[in-house]
Amino acid sequence: MEKKEIAVREDILGSNKKVATEIRAKLAPAGILVVNFLSSPGSGKTSLLERIAVTLRPTHKMAVIEGDIETERDAERIRKKGVPAWQITTGGACHLEAKMIARLLPEIPSETEFLFIENVGNLVCPASYDLGESLRCVLLSAPEGDDKPKKYPKAFSTADCLIITKADLIPYLPFDLERAGNEALEINPRLRIFVTSALHGRGIAELVRYFIETRVNMIQRHA
Amino acid sequence: MHELSIVASLFEILEEKAREQRAERVVLVKLKVGKLSGVVPEFLQSAFEIYRQDTIAASSSLEIEVVPVRIKCRKCRSETLKDDFVFTCPSCGSNDLEIIEGTELLLDKIDLEV
Repeated sequence: MEKKEIAVREDILGSNKKVATEIRAKLAPAGILVVNFLSSPGSGKTSLLERIAVTLRPTHKMAVIEGDIETERDAERIRKKGVPAWQITTGGACHLEAKMIARLLPEIPSETEFLFIENVGNLVCPASYDLGESLRCVLLSAPEGDDKPKKYPKAFSTADCLIITKADLIPYLPFDLERAGNEALEINPRLRIFVTSALHGRGIAELVRYFIETRVNMIQRHA
Repeated sequence: MHELSIVASLFEILEEKAREQRAERVVLVKLKVGKLSGVVPEFLQSAFEIYRQDTIAASSSLEIEVVPVRIKCRKCRSETLKDDFVFTCPSCGSNDLEIIEGTELLLDKIDLEV
């Protein structure tokens, strides 16, 4: 028996990254902007998507992939807004992986312009998995507290934009909007920050404009 | 707690490498885990111990080297180790930084018996 040391130097999540890169290489040049929504459970991802649907759907084609541990509930909520939606139930897993998205791609209509992925509610694990998105948004709801960015640095450091949700509750909470924004910017100075309320509609138009601009930029990059 | 999925991906690579080398056994697995990788080394260790049973690495041990976050300033080119998650260059105050180390989740080396 001989002992042998092998230098491997391989990314453990390399196989996920490979699939994610393939998804991006297919969808981005086809004009489909994939947006990955990350947040804790109950921070308002589905409610925000419902609001986005009201503003975006009249002029653009959108579709949604919902990730949850169990139930079809979120996809049903989105379908009620007239938006095609697919539910991935992970059966216990705390995050979505690129291969789960890849499996669904044949079902996504080719005329789709925006494909939103609502990740499993969890501010830790989904941050490690590239899903082939061109835009990653992290949501932070006001009731969660303004100290979250430093507690969950990976999610905030890998995101392109921070969406503060449930802003209508800020007057009733010890939530310092400036502190939350500054903490997030210390971790990730390139973060775009949006302050929204899905209940009252605050900030939704700006956010939708940002998605539309990001898609235009993506198309120009691939032209 | 996605450490078990990560360990499952790790074992896919381990089994492939062991097959390529016609190894009898994997005896040591060395990982490099960045502080900003989003993974907890202790959980990775426990997940590894559960997963290795009845595999080619059943009697192997896992060594994890934790890699601190190192940034490089695109403006003044200085490099700094960061442990506070404040991504501002301490030399010139710029925010235009590149993370050059500390996000990795790497299978670095393995020891095999062939």
